[in-house]
Amino acid sequence: MTPTRRRFWGECSLTAPSMLWLLVFFLLPTLIILAIALKPADPSGGIADGWTWHTLFSLRNPNYPEIIFRTVWLSAVTTTITLAVAIPIAYYIARCKPWKRDLVLFLTIIPFWTSFLIRIFAWKAVLHPDGILKSILVFCHLASPGTLLLYRPEAVLLVMVYTELPFAILPLYAAAEKFDFSLIEAAMDLGAGRLRAFFSVFIPGIYNGLLSACLMVLIPSIGSYVIPDVVGGIGSQMIGNVIAQRTFVDRNLPAASALAAVLTLVMIIPLIYFLRIKKSADSGPTPAKEVV
Amino acid sequence: MIKQSKLPGLLTLGTLLFFYLPIILLVINSFNASRTGGSWGGFTLKWYEQLFSAREIWHALRNTLVVAVIATAASTIIGTTAAIALHRYRGRLQNAHYFLVYTPLVVPEILLGISMLLFFVALKVNLGLTTVILAHITFCISYVAMAVLSRLQDFDVTIIEAARDLGANSWTTTWSILIPVIFPGIMAGALLAFTLSIDDFVISFFVAGPGSTTLPIHIYSMIKRGSMPLINALSTILLAITFLAILAYQIISRHNRPAED
Repeated sequence: MTPTRRRFWGECSLTAPSMLWLLVFFLLPTLIILAIALKPADPSGGIADGWTWHTLFSLRNPNYPEIIFRTVWLSAVTTTITLAVAIPIAYYIARCKPWKRDLVLFLTIIPFWTSFLIRIFAWKAVLHPDGILKSILVFCHLASPGTLLLYRPEAVLLVMVYTELPFAILPLYAAAEKFDFSLIEAAMDLGAGRLRAFFSVFIPGIYNGLLSACLMVLIPSIGSYVIPDVVGGIGSQMIGNVIAQRTFVDRNLPAASALAAVLTLVMIIPLIYFLRIKKSADSGPTPAKEVV
Repeated sequence: MIKQSKLPGLLTLGTLLFFYLPIILLVINSFNASRTGGSWGGFTLKWYEQLFSAREIWHALRNTLVVAVIATAASTIIGTTAAIALHRYRGRLQNAHYFLVYTPLVVPEILLGISMLLFFVALKVNLGLTTVILAHITFCISYVAMAVLSRLQDFDVTIIEAARDLGANSWTTTWSILIPVIFPGIMAGALLAFTLSIDDFVISFFVAGPGSTTLPIHIYSMIKRGSMPLINALSTILLAITFLAILAYQIISRHNRPAED
């Protein structure tokens, strides 16, 4: 065998396992979403033969625009709050003494590895009508005994920020760690105020980390399903909840797949935007790098 | 040196309290005899006793571990070969390969879940432990590949060329140089895959069938049905395991670091 040919077969044998696996179990199923949205539903919960436009027309459901708007709005607010809190924290961790830095990072990594469901459940217990937060608020006369803390969009927002914060802090810290802090001192020597130095020197300096943090918070938020399901009520449903409802309650898979196609469209706009700037900004976008 | 603002430090402290207060309350309440947890009803271990006698939990735990072990083993192998290919070769094939490996990381879990459910239903595959394992391998591959790839990016390729010049064939260079050097990355990827598999709820919930309930699916149904003290006890045990595992991992990786660098 010639070296070129050997190289070709080497590349094929190393690429084939993952390439074929992901083609069959990731790309094909993603494309199937579009095909099944055009299939009629089988009353027993399966997919019937033939083709129909009927399911796509059912997307004209008058509740859907509101749910889509709420999904985008809650995700955008979650991302803004999370980043606003995570940026100063990343700044602090990158600047503090090594032992403190290790401690804060360790304490941030624990929630990151802790079961997602348990962290949501912990908040359900806190916000519960018989829970501790309500007792404190009533005791301080900040809430009336009839106030409901759970089952409202604010509760969903709070728990989304809670679960997403570690995912924003870690990539931001990875970026802040590489930042040259003498630049801030230089800016201040040249007469910039503390805030001016922070916003015009530090923020542009961690731009890449900021983008990946934004992506890592925004995309899962748009696809949220468990948080609004556990701590939200009817008035805080997101697209994910409706997909789950069509799948598990109505057993109407074509309707679920039409909605999944809508979710893909909503999500793909920020995704393509971010990937494009990221690609021009750096060579290797590796979210896992910050994790391990 | 310019005096630093106290604000970021205070915000960090506040956020850490925000992270831990709900979890600490949950741990305390797992020993609380009062059912609702709003008040202290005395110390008890009865929730733990009830938990250990619940057979479904042990069954769910067994399923979770079976899935996690198989998914970790398979995804570690496939993910590592993917990373080596992405690192070693350039061109159109690798661009497509990179796209396929990277995209599952940024697609919301619910889309991965519903798409795989539709795929299995369309092929008339019975839902069960096998479909859960297939789905877990799929999302774990990308995480392993990224963990190994980040290790490979720090790898000095000239070592391989030197070994070749000294007469080593590609089999020897792979097994005596490449694999030992990227081994920490492979281990980190495997650990990540194992944790993600054990913790996964959304994707498992979509592709699981009767009898293939995993621990997160069981916890979810407990949350929905509202046996709160039992979940407190179960959560406390899982939190303790997670905490000890991270602590052990940090200590081990710190011991290894000076020797590597």
